[in-house]
Amino acid sequence: QDHSPGCFCFCSLAFKAAVLIQRWYRRYVARLEMRRRCTWRIFQSIEYACEQDQIKLHNFFSYLMDHFTPSSSKERDFISRMFISGESFKEAELEKYCDYESMEVPDSYTGPHLSFPLLPDHATALLEAFKQKQQLHARYVLNLLHETRKHLKQLPNISHVSTCYSEEVTVCGDLHGQLDDLFLIFYKNGLPSPSKSYVFNGDFVDRGKQSLEILIILFTFLLIYPKEVHLNRGNHEDHMVNLRYGFAKEVMQKYKVHGKKILKMIQNVFCWLPLATLIDQKVLVIHGGISDTTDLDMLEKIQRNKFISVLRGKKRKESNRNVEIQEVNGEKNAEADPAGNEALPSLPLQPRPAQAPSMANRLEFSRWVRQTVQEQIEWCRRLVDISESEDEEPTYSSMVSLTDLDAPCWTRQEEWKQILDILWSDPMPQEGCRENTVRGGGCYFGPDVTAKILEKYNLQFLIRSHECKQEGYEFCHNRKVLTIFSASNYYEIGSNRGAYYQANKAAHTLTMTQRISRVEESAFRALREKLFAHTSALISAFKAYDKDNTGRITLSNWATAVESVLHLGLPWRMLRPQLVRTTEDGMLEYKSWLDDLAMEQRSQERIQSSLLEVIYRNRSNLETIFRIIDRDHSGLISFEEFHQTWKLFSSHMNIELTDDGINDLVRSIDFNKDGNIDFNEFLEAFRLVKQTHTTAKAENRDHPSQQLCSVLGR
Amino acid sequence: MKAATARQGGGRRDGCAWQPRPGRRPRPSAAAPRGPPGTVPPGAAVERGPLRHGSPWRRRGAAAMAEQEGNGEDGAVAEIEKKIIEAFEVFDHECNKTVDVREIGSIVRSLGCFPTEAELHELLAKVEEEEEPTGYVHLEKFLPVMTKVLLDRSYRPIPEDVLLHAFEALDENKCGYLTKDELVKHMTEEGEPFTEEEMEEMLSNGLDPETNTVHYRDYISMMIVEEPEDLPQ
Repeated sequence: QDHSPGCFCFCSLAFKAAVLIQRWYRRYVARLEMRRRCTWRIFQSIEYACEQDQIKLHNFFSYLMDHFTPSSSKERDFISRMFISGESFKEAELEKYCDYESMEVPDSYTGPHLSFPLLPDHATALLEAFKQKQQLHARYVLNLLHETRKHLKQLPNISHVSTCYSEEVTVCGDLHGQLDDLFLIFYKNGLPSPSKSYVFNGDFVDRGKQSLEILIILFTFLLIYPKEVHLNRGNHEDHMVNLRYGFAKEVMQKYKVHGKKILKMIQNVFCWLPLATLIDQKVLVIHGGISDTTDLDMLEKIQRNKFISVLRGKKRKESNRNVEIQEVNGEKNAEADPAGNEALPSLPLQPRPAQAPSMANRLEFSRWVRQTVQEQIEWCRRLVDISESEDEEPTYSSMVSLTDLDAPCWTRQEEWKQILDILWSDPMPQEGCRENTVRGGGCYFGPDVTAKILEKYNLQFLIRSHECKQEGYEFCHNRKVLTIFSASNYYEIGSNRGAYYQANKAAHTLTMTQRISRVEESAFRALREKLFAHTSALISAFKAYDKDNTGRITLSNWATAVESVLHLGLPWRMLRPQLVRTTEDGMLEYKSWLDDLAMEQRSQERIQSSLLEVIYRNRSNLETIFRIIDRDHSGLISFEEFHQTWKLFSSHMNIELTDDGINDLVRSIDFNKDGNIDFNEFLEAFRLVKQTHTTAKAENRDHPSQQLCSVLGR
Repeated sequence: MKAATARQGGGRRDGCAWQPRPGRRPRPSAAAPRGPPGTVPPGAAVERGPLRHGSPWRRRGAAAMAEQEGNGEDGAVAEIEKKIIEAFEVFDHECNKTVDVREIGSIVRSLGCFPTEAELHELLAKVEEEEEPTGYVHLEKFLPVMTKVLLDRSYRPIPEDVLLHAFEALDENKCGYLTKDELVKHMTEEGEPFTEEEMEEMLSNGLDPETNTVHYRDYISMMIVEEPEDLPQ
């Protein structure tokens, strides 16, 4: 280095310049990191709030079952139909209903052909076909599902894998319909083979658009390499969840004629999926987690197929139950279930929420909300009565338990809890074990619980999935628990990696800055939607800080008010610049801010109707309700049913809508062809069907929603 | 047991994902002197193992509490405290009012401050546990220190023109750009050197791959525009 005096000046100047630039750049990076974290927070809080909604919906139905006194037997049927969504099928009946052998595969069909028993060539043909976006013929789908079910039935609840036999065992986490990620995993890691075992840890379906293709591929490999491929059930392998999160919709869209059958079969395949996998007797792989009451012995012995949906909480009065048993089995069975329990005692009343504390005391309020929800959930749990094993003729093992005097004496409820915990729990850093009130099912389990269970069963390690992680995986509990999540870009391009994922081509060319901006945009869009949906509540909250009615509040009060309404636990002050654009001396004109939000959402007329807002806020609940009503997945419900649905809905949501109001609503959307309502059209009219592209906004001029808005706009 | 579990390189902290974590976190470069920059050895950043991320979020109450307690006094101070608590909580994964010491830099900077690494170390010394290093910083200690920082307006932002001059100072030939090699040399060998990661990221944002140069004027305007003006005034 040249140390001449002139150079020295330069060196020192260059040095200082370098420090400056570095200082500035590090600050830039820190801001980016903060934005990244905040965005993540937004997605997570919205997602969990949504899941909680789902549970509340079920609570709502359970409550109805007990307390709704139908004014006519028609109404009673209507309600009870919501619960008996699985008709009692015996084996033979199932085969008959989901028969595929009579289906012809036309010559014009260019997709892959399957024949059984399956061979590796079939798998490669399928992979190729799906890459070309082809669709497998419904006949083969059903055939595959039948064979899969036959195979799964012989498997125990807990699969065992040994690394003696295959050199490698690979565990994949949630895939959620993202076929590209599965392809990537196979590409990087290799296809399943006698020397390459795979464990797929649940949540194959929902959210992503290719859930069915994933199932087909997984089941195919399962049948070709039964010793090497293992599937665990996840909480999304549950038809009630599928109704809400997109899988049911996907199937019906892809298979318009045979979709119902396919869904029915899948329902009966999911319930036969094993619950857990044990590797070398040392590593336990389950989808969700554990609880302090997890009992592997019980898990091994219960009849897992009884739990078609883990979410359904329904109560049947004693008399109903007997009647049903007789109908199903055609003979007088013992009233007591195999576990020897007495019939259910009469039910305690649903706990009425006490008067809510004022919203001004936010802590109190949050606590009260949490408590109330918890009470509701607990109450429903006490109600739970798992469906009779309607689907199966008694198998050998169940006959044995009927007569075996040493039969375990646990209750249905305890069995149900075991499964619920396995599929829904999450780890937490604090010690202990408590209700997972965020998801509404399962537990939060601490490192002490992990240690205890690992010791009890002489295990080394727990692998689970169920939670999206930014890097695709995460250790916790002193590295005794590993979370694996395989669906990359779960929320949005760039939001997270999958555990096998390496930046795909598109994302790789994005710089970190661009990736974060894009994800952020998506997160904020979702957040603004939520804000809009709570417009009325927000206005009240703001007014509380604006006693003089100036129309303005401080930004600080804005943040407090928003949290008190949305309860998302987000850092609102940090997020404010993205949500509130114009302020004057730190004050916000809240009315015009809300109007801006509304305009964004609709991009055309302003919405004043509170009804619309309520619908918007509860749209996924609405959609779920509709799909439950439409049992045959035809897309049509009768006008009667629609009417009754609305009545239920409005009583639950405290909307006032007269019968005339409903009629107006209906008439304006041109229903009433044959007294049937195409509720997809209805949802579309409110733009409740999520759109991935916003180009549709441009086509909007004569959109039914405009006419509707003018009807309701007053 | 040879179970090969699923993994990919751990995100942005490549190469470090599978190192066994020490029971106690090392203090960030204990050798970092408080004197003038330049004496910090290159690569002074802490060995980066995967940071803890905890379980899903729980309700945040601290900002609310600050509202209830701090009211009546100086409204501005209360507001500043709320901002600090919010920023803190974003990194508080276990919801127990502590953050990993390695995140303090991000928190301080996202609150609008531009400290040098050395200044950051000074600040850290004030907020860390005195008895033994646990690797965590508690909100109790952080809040008063940070509040003072913001009230005193320490670590002020760098105005755009000053930044431009800095780049120009490195641009010996005054041609309006720096070659990749020049930039890398300055950033990784002088001042408070960048880690490889930091260098890579800066290049990915600013480097024109065809000419292998960074046109710093454009670079600055691109980077500065992206930052929303929300510094505490």
